[in-house]
Amino acid sequence: MSGYFSELITGSKSLLVGLGVTFKALISPVVTVQYPREKIDVTSAVRGHIDLVKDEATGTHRCMVCLSCMKVCPCQCITVQGEKREGVKGKVLTLFALDFTKCSLCGLCVESCKPKAIDFSNEYELAGFTRDEFVFDLLKRVKERA
Amino acid sequence: MVTKLEKIAGPKHRFLLNMGPQHPSTHGVLRIVLEMDGEYAMAIDPVLGYGHRMHEKMAEGRPYNGFYPNTGRMDYLGAILFSHGYVGLLERMSGAEVPERAEFIRVITAELNRISSHLVGIGAYVLDLGAFTPILYAFDDREMILDMLEAITGSRLTYCYFRVGGVTKDIDDTFIRRARAFIDRMRSRLPMYKDLVTDNLIFLKRTKGIGIIDRDMAARYGITGPVLRGSGISYDVRKSEPYSVYDRFDFDIPVGENGDSFDRYVVRMEEIAQSLRIIEQALDALPDGPVMVKPKKKLKLAAGGCNYTVEAARGSLSYYLVGDGSDTPYRLKIRVPSYSNLSPLPELCKGMLLSDLVTAMGSLDLVIPEIDR
Ligand code: SF4
Ligand code: SF4
Repeated sequence: MSGYFSELITGSKSLLVGLGVTFKALISPVVTVQYPREKIDVTSAVRGHIDLVKDEATGTHRCMVCLSCMKVCPCQCITVQGEKREGVKGKVLTLFALDFTKCSLCGLCVESCKPKAIDFSNEYELAGFTRDEFVFDLLKRVKERA
Repeated sequence: MVTKLEKIAGPKHRFLLNMGPQHPSTHGVLRIVLEMDGEYAMAIDPVLGYGHRMHEKMAEGRPYNGFYPNTGRMDYLGAILFSHGYVGLLERMSGAEVPERAEFIRVITAELNRISSHLVGIGAYVLDLGAFTPILYAFDDREMILDMLEAITGSRLTYCYFRVGGVTKDIDDTFIRRARAFIDRMRSRLPMYKDLVTDNLIFLKRTKGIGIIDRDMAARYGITGPVLRGSGISYDVRKSEPYSVYDRFDFDIPVGENGDSFDRYVVRMEEIAQSLRIIEQALDALPDGPVMVKPKKKLKLAAGGCNYTVEAARGSLSYYLVGDGSDTPYRLKIRVPSYSNLSPLPELCKGMLLSDLVTAMGSLDLVIPEIDR
């Protein structure tokens, strides 16, 4: 019987101590944010989907259609096509499609690109209704980015 | 008349109960078929495979580096620890050298990952027992780790940060400052967890003496990790078979006494403190230098097998690879800790109350996609 009462006392005490902890949290600063209205800045290191880098000097992308990103991608989500054009050295990029539904954000494509033509974007708010919305035309995107 | 229920469960008035595969306390997609006698589970049959994605087979079809992202998706709570095993294996087989700074960074990030995994494990465990608040506190602490790791790895959960020959990005002063701040904060938070959870009488009553795994049973089932240490066996791959630079740090292996659910919880709590010690020492001794030595050509491994074992958050994790001289493995076998940690469940929980079964299972801290892989 005495065990019962001593347990009752230590038990109630432990509950009060626990309540003290939660009470302290109640009066300490709020750590959450009201997401769609308030946002926390993401670091520039964040890995969003890949994007073609815009070269400041030339005003266009740096891709030379070597296809190494396409070959290294373990998820086969990059499609790069290029063609030979008169008067231009090497190949000219005609298509750079990314199927982001399959991308695992491993970074192997970015590491494999010698001219550093691709990099991760900082976009993280991606939601859509169909899969097709996540097949990005990166060439179009880099052109649109003034 | 024989009722439908009796046809299934026999004349003993036992009935079958499906727990999962979408039950919150099965942590993912584990299904357990229980033969119930009233509130008591008389037979337990775990059904696996709902999250099977053929990771081992996928490894056979792609170059060695193509498997990096897969490693993080088996145990999504301890992605860095799983990558560590894989790159360690490739480095052991190919003889690739790793700069010292990279090894230190690996240890630091791996231990941070272990802490974040334990925080989820503990938080979710207490949630299973019906206490909602502690998981929010645990996630608050974990958030700091995720922010820190995000700034260097680019991801918050499924990290793909380790490469053969080093890591993708060096840590900077900001990271070091934040890591030190985290160590201080976490140390000050541990007593809070003790007040809130560990000393709580309801928690004690629900976990003490429940789901006792003795030494013999632990050895029979090949249990590893905090579950094994909770049973009083001091085995940790970081100590018994040090890999990376773990032999340079001074840390203890916490062990439990009785092997019950409470001991397993306490071992995880103390492991957080030990991981903090390792991170602190690694930050103090962090050498300068490069973090990556790029292998010159595409990785090709000679024919033959090789094994590499690391201590993941849930126990010992082994990669066994058989190469055939090409740039893809002939076979990659992965021994995951949760699988053997799950296997004693039928014996452990026979005749248990349903609510105690949740306690015992939660204390094993299973990650099901790791079992199914
Ligand atoms: S690796 Fe770089 S240069 Fe080569 S195709 Fe890809 S983006 Fe273009
Ligand atoms: S990040 Fe990885 S998966 Fe995604 S496109 Fe690049 S190589 Fe492919």
